[in-house]
Amino acid sequence: MSLKKKVSMTVNGVTVNAEIEPRRHLVDFLREDLHLKGPHLGCEQGACGACTVKVDGQIIRGCLFLTVQADGSVVETVEGLTKSGALADLQESFMRHNAMQCGFCSSGMLLAAAELIEKQPKASREEVREWISGNYCRCTGYHAIVDAIVDVLEARAKGQKIKPVVAHA
Amino acid sequence: MNKPSDLKGLVLDPVTNDQRYIGNSEPRHSARRLLEGQGTYIDDIQLPRMGHVVFWRSPVAHMKIGKIHTEHASKMPGVLAVVDGVQMAKICKPWVATLGHLAGMKSAPQHALAIDRACWQGEPVVAVVAETRAQAEDALQHVDVEWEELPAVISMESALDPKTPLIHPELGDNLCFTRSLDVGNVDEAFATADVVAEATFGFGRHTGVTLEPRCQIADYNPGERRLTVYHSQQAPHMMQDLYCRQFGLSESDVHVICKDVGGSFGIKVHAYPDDFATVGLSMMLERPVKFVADRLESFTSDIHAREHRIKGRIAANKAGDILAFEINDLTGIGPYSMFPRTSAIEGNQVVNLVGGPYKHQNYRAHLDVVFQNKTPTCQYRGVGHPIACAVTEGLVDLAAQKLQMDPLEFRKRNVIPDDAYPCSGISGIKLEVLSHEQCLRTIEKMMDYPALRKEQAELRKKGIYRGIGFATLIELTNPSPAFYGVGGARIASQDGASVRLDPSGVVSVLVGVGEQGQGTEGIYAQIAADAVGVSINQVRLVTGDTDVTPYGGGTWASRGAGVGGEAVLLACQALHENILKLAGAILNRPVTELSIHRSHVLDKATGEQLLPFSEIGRIGYFRTDTLPAGFSADLMVTRHYTQKDYPFIFTNGVQASYVEVDPDTGFVKLLKHWAVEDCGRVINPMLVDEQVRGAIVQGIGGVLFEECLYDESGLLRNGSMADYLVPMANEMPDIEVAHVETPTQSSKLGAKGAGEAGTAGAPGAVQNAINDALAPFNATVFDQPITCEKILRALKKI
Ligand code: FES
Ligand code: FES
Repeated sequence: MSLKKKVSMTVNGVTVNAEIEPRRHLVDFLREDLHLKGPHLGCEQGACGACTVKVDGQIIRGCLFLTVQADGSVVETVEGLTKSGALADLQESFMRHNAMQCGFCSSGMLLAAAELIEKQPKASREEVREWISGNYCRCTGYHAIVDAIVDVLEARAKGQKIKPVVAHA
Repeated sequence: MNKPSDLKGLVLDPVTNDQRYIGNSEPRHSARRLLEGQGTYIDDIQLPRMGHVVFWRSPVAHMKIGKIHTEHASKMPGVLAVVDGVQMAKICKPWVATLGHLAGMKSAPQHALAIDRACWQGEPVVAVVAETRAQAEDALQHVDVEWEELPAVISMESALDPKTPLIHPELGDNLCFTRSLDVGNVDEAFATADVVAEATFGFGRHTGVTLEPRCQIADYNPGERRLTVYHSQQAPHMMQDLYCRQFGLSESDVHVICKDVGGSFGIKVHAYPDDFATVGLSMMLERPVKFVADRLESFTSDIHAREHRIKGRIAANKAGDILAFEINDLTGIGPYSMFPRTSAIEGNQVVNLVGGPYKHQNYRAHLDVVFQNKTPTCQYRGVGHPIACAVTEGLVDLAAQKLQMDPLEFRKRNVIPDDAYPCSGISGIKLEVLSHEQCLRTIEKMMDYPALRKEQAELRKKGIYRGIGFATLIELTNPSPAFYGVGGARIASQDGASVRLDPSGVVSVLVGVGEQGQGTEGIYAQIAADAVGVSINQVRLVTGDTDVTPYGGGTWASRGAGVGGEAVLLACQALHENILKLAGAILNRPVTELSIHRSHVLDKATGEQLLPFSEIGRIGYFRTDTLPAGFSADLMVTRHYTQKDYPFIFTNGVQASYVEVDPDTGFVKLLKHWAVEDCGRVINPMLVDEQVRGAIVQGIGGVLFEECLYDESGLLRNGSMADYLVPMANEMPDIEVAHVETPTQSSKLGAKGAGEAGTAGAPGAVQNAINDALAPFNATVFDQPITCEKILRALKKI
């Protein structure tokens, strides 16, 4: 397999040029070539959502998406979205509710939740459950994740931000 | 409905003078990096010259291995080695997983890579190492193994028939372990009982499905002759010990590091053949080798659990007293008992626990643990508890129904009363102190039981079939050396903590128990902050590194808070004393005149701040010349803790489930779930709540969805996340959790375990709720997972 293709894309705000095998999945490229640790691999078959990243504003499964498909695109991972502050409210809310345990599902869960907040700002608790049903969490029981997302939806509806969690001295 | 917060129980006495964190829902600050994509799981680690291993695994349930052709694969691009079982056995000894205190238990020697025969689909046979994972997988296609299919033992029901082939002829039969117990006068109790109810309970095999698959990197450094293994594991010191023994190394030559672990649930507390193979390959190649199971490999090679068929019966009298239980448990464990904890423990727990919450005095149990050609089974979250609980509680409901008693009332009448402890359970288990009565009262209020029953009755008139199910449970936690140590397994039941005051006044805490997401490090930080007397952001935690942390057992049997937490408390209290001693020496004042408050040494009488911790650190480390002759400023202390008062500290709780069953489709909708949990002192309610909920959801997986399905030839039919159903957010109910706190007297902290009771109780509660919903149709289902099809069969609709 020596056939390689040139690709160019913006990953978390940085232009990346690379030569890769056409069969290389986007999540492998991000993880192994760019050393990004945020997107994880849970199943490599599109079932678990751990590999969720954003391509041109849409969340996709990095394990089902070929790197060559992302040629010319804007790719964002939890690392970039953390830096830009796009996930800040959700991250604070997840902290506050202990909406993660091992954290392996968290980057995918946060990206899915962020898209829900954008697309369905009035989502009910049931709709939140339905929306995140594409993402496995094997640790939490989901309840705290739903609580965390609902809190952000409510805060947004009131035009508020989630207060940062600080250690009380 | 009432909120748990309205039902506050007793407030426990504080453990420390200025307790600010223990008992509070402190967020886990160290988890922030996980939410920012900055965790370090094994697959995130890349080492120079690292090879990647993939395995050729047995494609059938039982086969004879013939000639292995590796020439082609070896020449593929990037390939570093292709290794078979004979080559591997030259450096890695085989093992036999039995425990001395399980009398008569047997198993066959097992190798890192199979030699001569492979005994389940997925058993590793040939290893291929290449420079990249893709190259290794490409080369794997060119490994050619000649094999011949052998007859396979699939059904546990026929495993002991004389006609059934023997999996290991040298063992004489397919029986791994058997145990019988007969206490009281069971025959008479059944003969004279007013009601006797019986049922056969089935439990499907399921597995843990940790979201991060099993993985490790073995790095043998030939210069140092030292092996470092980065491992996604729950028990680093146990693995250190096993690696040194299987490869003939000394303990000091083996270093095991566990960084972030993406879920464990007992799946990652065992030693797998591919663990040893990866280490062996690194030693052969003298370079790092990474193994990451893909999902299909996980399904066929991670341990499975819970394949049981139990015939059970219960006897009761008209007054509503339970008189006796009797069970007969048959369980299949795969072709080998799993190393080193053994696969007989699960069935053994079932025998110990059935009937456990109740005060009856007659009990008979028989257990047969048999071999079969399926993936090995072993301890998975809750170990035997969900089975014992579903059987006990299923029978209890049947008896209550026959007596026409309310199931909650029947339980209240029969549980061992809260003032009866300490006492022994009928199977011989020692119970320190439990709170069944209080838990039952709490759940009744929490769910507003009378209102719910009314709602159920009204809806039933409209053709809506809802059911309420209870499960009372006991769970063993904080194990003593009686669990493994006495059986000859080198698994530490003690745990240790080292705690150090750093020069700046920060407290560093090193603990043998690590973090897999439960929040272990979070609660240790809470304990340390309170016990030393600093704020929580002045505490740093170090776990998961055998070179650094005190020796300990790691995470299993819900011991993190109760055993590890106690070690942290003891070490921190000792450091607190040492800080006072040093302050006395610096100030030339008797220690009795001093106290500590929030990183300062104070004058006890006036409360005046005398010395900040940074000053204690500065003098203690850099100006010891100013201290009296012979005074040693011991600002790092280590303490160990073993729970020795009881074989285990039992916890208890009760769960209730509210479901709706559609009699036309068999579809079950979970409406709500409640749990009351008594894990002794609660160190962080928020963390315990979500532990309990996560555990309940895994239990719900077992009762409704999850099952490793095999065909008649022993091939796994659903080895992917798309085919093997685990609960998703949409099907799960909201789960309300309340706590009753009955601290154990065996430690200062008083904490018992909290990680598994949820999984233990949920299957029984949901099963009973479904059967309650089906009651108007005179139908019952006791075969888990309870699928739509099984419900429709029970309703005689198909
Ligand atoms: S790894 Fe992509 S969905 Fe699971
Ligand atoms: S926190 Fe572990 S999988 Fe979600």
